[in-house]
Amino acid sequence: MRKLLAASLAVTTAIVPMMLAPAKAADATVSYWMWDGNQAPVYRQCADKFEAANPGVKVQITQDGWDNYWTKLTTGFTSATAPDVFVNHISRFPEFLANGVMEDLTARIAADKVDMSAYLPGLADSWNKGAKQWGLPKDWDTIAIFYNKKMVADAGITDEQLANLDWNPNDGGTFEKALAKLTVDAKGKHGDQPGFDPKNVAVYAWSYDPPDGFGQQEFSHFAASAGFQAVDKPWGTKYFYDSPILAKTLTWLRDLSIVKGFSTNGEQVGRLGPSPLFAAGKIAMAPQGSWMLSTYRDNAKFAWGVAPLPKGPEGRKSMFNGLADSIWSGSKNKDAAWAWVKYLGSSECQTIVGKAGVVFPARPEAVDAAVKAHQAKGIDVSAFTLVAKAGSTFPYPIMDHGSEAYAILKTAVTNVLLNQGDPAKILKDANDEVNKLF
Amino acid sequence: MTDRHRSPLSGTSRTASGTSRAARKWREALTGYAFVAPAFVGFAVFYLLPTVRAMQISLTDWNLLRAPRFVGLANFERLLHDDKFWHSCEVTLAYVLYNIPLQTALGLALAVLSDRLARSVILRALIISPYLISNVVSGLIWLFMLDPLLGLTNAWLVAVGLPHQPFLASPDQAIISVAGISIWRHTGLTALLFYAGLQSIPKHLYEAARLEGAGEWLMFRRITLPLLRPVMAFVLVTTIIGSFQVFDVIAVTTSGGPADASRVILWFIYENAFQFNKMGYASAVSILLFLVLILITLVQMRLLRADQSDLD
Repeated sequence: MRKLLAASLAVTTAIVPMMLAPAKAADATVSYWMWDGNQAPVYRQCADKFEAANPGVKVQITQDGWDNYWTKLTTGFTSATAPDVFVNHISRFPEFLANGVMEDLTARIAADKVDMSAYLPGLADSWNKGAKQWGLPKDWDTIAIFYNKKMVADAGITDEQLANLDWNPNDGGTFEKALAKLTVDAKGKHGDQPGFDPKNVAVYAWSYDPPDGFGQQEFSHFAASAGFQAVDKPWGTKYFYDSPILAKTLTWLRDLSIVKGFSTNGEQVGRLGPSPLFAAGKIAMAPQGSWMLSTYRDNAKFAWGVAPLPKGPEGRKSMFNGLADSIWSGSKNKDAAWAWVKYLGSSECQTIVGKAGVVFPARPEAVDAAVKAHQAKGIDVSAFTLVAKAGSTFPYPIMDHGSEAYAILKTAVTNVLLNQGDPAKILKDANDEVNKLF
Repeated sequence: MTDRHRSPLSGTSRTASGTSRAARKWREALTGYAFVAPAFVGFAVFYLLPTVRAMQISLTDWNLLRAPRFVGLANFERLLHDDKFWHSCEVTLAYVLYNIPLQTALGLALAVLSDRLARSVILRALIISPYLISNVVSGLIWLFMLDPLLGLTNAWLVAVGLPHQPFLASPDQAIISVAGISIWRHTGLTALLFYAGLQSIPKHLYEAARLEGAGEWLMFRRITLPLLRPVMAFVLVTTIIGSFQVFDVIAVTTSGGPADASRVILWFIYENAFQFNKMGYASAVSILLFLVLILITLVQMRLLRADQSDLD
């Protein structure tokens, strides 16, 4: 309460009635939905603080798995049972905007003088369309390489070498040479030794998730570092999946497994992804999003680290995506919902989230808290912050018809990696199909 | 009983007696309706209304979030030219063909074996136990068991000198693996139904046949199989309908993948309805599936003469 009061006094008197509104509205319950089970308990801590500062307002957090989450949310919008506040993802943003299910936060942000420049650059902009703000930045993610420390040391690769590998789609560069050293076949021969049997591998150097349409963890970083651009612009109308650079990149990734045997192939990694393979010592490295940190921390019972992605011809590139908290346009208590959203975006709550070491919050000071929290657990996460800071990021494609394009591209990429035909043709056909959606 | 006392008293007039009979009939009917009511309400609320509603929705363009727009039969027209839809039909048909013959044969074999050889309650309970696990749980168990690199199944294969198999992660094996999971789960139920059917076959038929010198195989072909026909019809109709509607195992294990290899009709419907928010289009597919299943069922009932038994 004292904090809220202090905050109220700090702003102009015109805003004070608005600030007090949620506190006065006794017994309001703000429902809040999210999909990440790792984060739900952390946000409960924020909710406890928020409730203490706003007597009479309760926050009810509901968590559901990714797929179910969107189905429930969409049906909730239709049946008027959607939550007041929900965690939003870029891939759904255009569709939600077109259908008017999100509350425009611009006026409230201006009235409460919320400093949008307090977030990491680019995060707030992703949620701005038509000069209106549709969500407050929550957290962000980049991609880096999780690696088994012992395997890397045994292969004679130093941490410094690992952090400075280069890659190109023609011969894979020093990155591919490192992968060769890290791969061990059933007879103990390494990938760079004569007599290595690529068909009978005991430990793969590389493994990746069953690819999604945009290849966030699987291939987007390789392709982008070779100069590939997935779409013409945010909110654009053209995909460039017929690009020869992408075909070349995916062909390299395909051959890395089916010809060279340095990587698991698409048929070997099921829905569980590479993390159980990593924990079981069947793979040495995997490209993963920063949201996977706590999963690896919980499952790998040996020393592991995080290394930056290799540098491509165009430098080091990682997809940079940020989540936001949005308010449902049909919410019955928007004032309380806004108070909660504002608190979620505040330094206090984001620092709590950062300290939990689950995700990287949207505010720099909270990111520092997250980095320290990981350090305290013996994990250097600078590989994630390095790509976020260097301006070497590219955004998650914000496009209309997102879900449909995603499904078509996912099928195409899977077909390429599973060697179901000529990569250039498969990708061109899919690209034509996707561009026809617009 | 009050009727019986009353009618002689008012017996002077034919019409009065007629009215009382009508009243009795009416009351009986009312009792009947009262008994049927709970089931009917359930049927109406959970089956009839949604079906009618789906028919309505199938004639519209509706994304869940905006008001629906009437488009007539446009959704059905589009369906005819949608390669993805036809692909999903092929995948579903393949699934049914992998699933039903094997499941029925195994179920029948188990039922006959446990009837003719080992009449053990424990054995029957064991056979049915996979069916008692929910589809989602059995899907999850098999997802772990069939994992390409870490799964127990592959560990066994390797132990006996066979190569690793990708199972659910392979476009070639995904639908076969899903069919395998379904067979594992449903064979017990099929066996139980056949077993119940076997109990209704009079034992003296077997005794007579044995006196005539018939062997087990001949008795199975000439007595068991023909007399099981109504049960066979029930089993085939329900399992085939169920197979065409396979969804939960797919949702847990493959999500229609890899590369659309297990995108069955229901997954196609789900994808369109809840991932692409094309409710009208998805409903059109549902209605089409509904009509096709009715047709298949009618043909089956006719072929198997399901409403008659050879015992009468």
